[in-house]
Amino acid sequence: MKKKVAVGMSGGVDSSVAAFLLKEQGYDVIGVTMQIWQDEDRCTISENGGCCGLSAVEDAKRVADKIGIPHYVMNFKKEFKENVIDYFMDEYIHARTPNPCIACNRYVKWEALLNRAMEIGCDYIATGHYARVKKLDNGRYAICKSRTDRKDQTYALYNLTQEQLSRTLMPVGEYEKEEIRKIAADIGLSIANKPDSQEICFVPDNDYAKYIREQSGLSFPEGNFVDTSGNVLGRHKGIIHYTVGQRKGLGLSMGKPVFVLELRPETNEVVIGDNEDTFHMKLTADKINLMAIDKLEDEINVTAKIRYSHKGAPCKVRRTKDDEVECTFFEPVRAITPGQAVVFYNDDIVVGGATIKKFM
Amino acid sequence: MKSVIYLDNAATTRVKPEVIEAMLPFYTGNFANPSSTYKVAQENRACIEECRKSIAATIKADAKEIYFTAGGSEADNWALKSAAEAYAMSDKPPLCNNKNTVFDNYGYTGRKCLKGHIITTKIEHHAILHTALYLEKMGCDVTYLNVDERGIVRLKDLKKAIRPDTFLISVMYANNEIGTIEPVKEIGEIALENNILFHTDAVQAYGHIPIDVNECNIDMLSASGHKLNGPKGTGFLYIREGVELGSFIHGGAQEMGKRAGTENVPGIVGLSKACGLAEVSMKERTIKELSLRDHLIDRILSEIPYARLNGDAKRRLPNNVNISFQFVEGEALLVMLDMEGICASAGSACTSGLSTPSHVLTAIGLPEEIARGSLRMTISEDNTFEELDHVVDVLKDKIFKLRSVSPEYEDYIRRI
Repeated sequence: MKKKVAVGMSGGVDSSVAAFLLKEQGYDVIGVTMQIWQDEDRCTISENGGCCGLSAVEDAKRVADKIGIPHYVMNFKKEFKENVIDYFMDEYIHARTPNPCIACNRYVKWEALLNRAMEIGCDYIATGHYARVKKLDNGRYAICKSRTDRKDQTYALYNLTQEQLSRTLMPVGEYEKEEIRKIAADIGLSIANKPDSQEICFVPDNDYAKYIREQSGLSFPEGNFVDTSGNVLGRHKGIIHYTVGQRKGLGLSMGKPVFVLELRPETNEVVIGDNEDTFHMKLTADKINLMAIDKLEDEINVTAKIRYSHKGAPCKVRRTKDDEVECTFFEPVRAITPGQAVVFYNDDIVVGGATIKKFM
Repeated sequence: MKSVIYLDNAATTRVKPEVIEAMLPFYTGNFANPSSTYKVAQENRACIEECRKSIAATIKADAKEIYFTAGGSEADNWALKSAAEAYAMSDKPPLCNNKNTVFDNYGYTGRKCLKGHIITTKIEHHAILHTALYLEKMGCDVTYLNVDERGIVRLKDLKKAIRPDTFLISVMYANNEIGTIEPVKEIGEIALENNILFHTDAVQAYGHIPIDVNECNIDMLSASGHKLNGPKGTGFLYIREGVELGSFIHGGAQEMGKRAGTENVPGIVGLSKACGLAEVSMKERTIKELSLRDHLIDRILSEIPYARLNGDAKRRLPNNVNISFQFVEGEALLVMLDMEGICASAGSACTSGLSTPSHVLTAIGLPEEIARGSLRMTISEDNTFEELDHVVDVLKDKIFKLRSVSPEYEDYIRRI
């Protein structure tokens, strides 16, 4: 009997082609668009590249119709708010830089959506991520980088469990981005030229500081920019506006480029320094998820990415506590940011990852 | 739609062959514009006036009190917006006793800001609710009355809500989600006593239960063709003679200058045919629907545990079944039913396939987890007992499957 797969369709090119490819491969495909937007009646998310808004639903339905698969909208508003939006705001309020896509993958797509898909009788879920799921020789499932290194999306997928991975298909990871667009055009999908979504999908104009202020009702008072010696350099407009490594938007004229080194919520200070000061050799991280390996006892050598856009750098990883690791890089790494994920790779394969606590 | 079991008649209904037959000649034959001078146009003019007359008779109104619209939502918008505009113009509810001479035939109003007070309910269709929200933005105050756990408006709450500047009460005749029939006659009395306009959204009730606008002191009533085996894009707003409202759609002189636009002759003919058929068949048809409905409800409540009927068992539209299944995700259930060729719904259809928790179920006090497990099935005389028995069997199977993977169900069973 045909295996059933629910494809998460955002109305964008990648998930649309994923659905098509799986149908071609002989799966019984169902298209699902997640309803995650909080605005009760009308979506305020921008038309182009806005993920999962009303126009996204229409696009997805049109694609589903073209491909010849059923399409449903499923409501995960509550799960999204609790696991993504609230987490996002909470992290910023505590002077960390969150990665909402990682939370969405772990708790909404691969938990709420996966459970719903299985309830209705599906064997798998699938997405249009540029990534691959592989079963390794040691019997474990792992995420593996896509063929398009440029558009690799494995960073945001490190947190998935073995159970989740065993029920996941990712057809797009075998292709280059241009090939995907070409397939879309060949099958006549009008979204072939739709731009990729870039911003945070639930912050309409990318003004996340405004969003946090409005949604939380909290005010984030001004405070001091200080240098590493504690000298006051100027005033900042509220700690949520800044992230480690930031150069733009500081409003400081120091005669040379200056960068955010650290956020200090206890004193409401933002520490400023030169570019060299943003480089560090070590970090600690917690909330570990192991993927390709099932335990971390000895020190291991991996390539670590500390940010989605980071190319990755070699480091040693060792466990310091039950749920804490320490990573020591061979070369200093720029702008290690508390709240971001550190993801460990062995060649193409995700070994595991954790959430950065601090740099040292 | 032969291969499906269709249980979503509250969303829309099959167009009867007699209705299509009545409409076709106005597409294939005399297509003239009723407002033109020549003979064939006049024939169409006469035709729609006949339709107007026969529809009026179904609610005991006068022909000149029936205005054709493109559906129920339009009628709802019209009733509320025009009443609000009229009140803002004149400070008096635009009722029979208050002769408003501010409107000419084309109803030019000229004012922008609104005022005054409207009373409606929390369980209205979105066409009323969103219009009311809009009017609030424009300056009106609106009270959204609560309902009891059966969905019935409490008359004493209504009386208490009345203010000196209340100019409109809008309460639906029957609710589209849980089928509850409101105490329309009593509400009409209260409105009359207090010199307030009374509008009712009868989109789900019209054609299913007998309506007499005079007996109930109704001043305005909305109805929709596609809910009673008529064509989509048709409907009417009944406006009692003497109620002076401005134009809703400006332009030509159609519908007494109140609702411009070339008349949808085939649509009106189809609507009228559907209304006539509905009236004639109402008694017998609703007896049949009632027995199908109650059979479905009885089987479900006796064979599926942790299920509850939403709304009132008796004061309920003859075709409406709305049941909440605990420990079940309604969305998943709907998809599974679709896979078995069964068409039903969870909330109302009007949110373009989006899945939102029902404001009606919230208003009757259902906690969210229970409301999420709700299913609405609205039958028609076309359904058979065999079909419904099959549906119950499918429901039992799917609900069993869903509950077996529900952690809440597991918890609950372990505790008892």
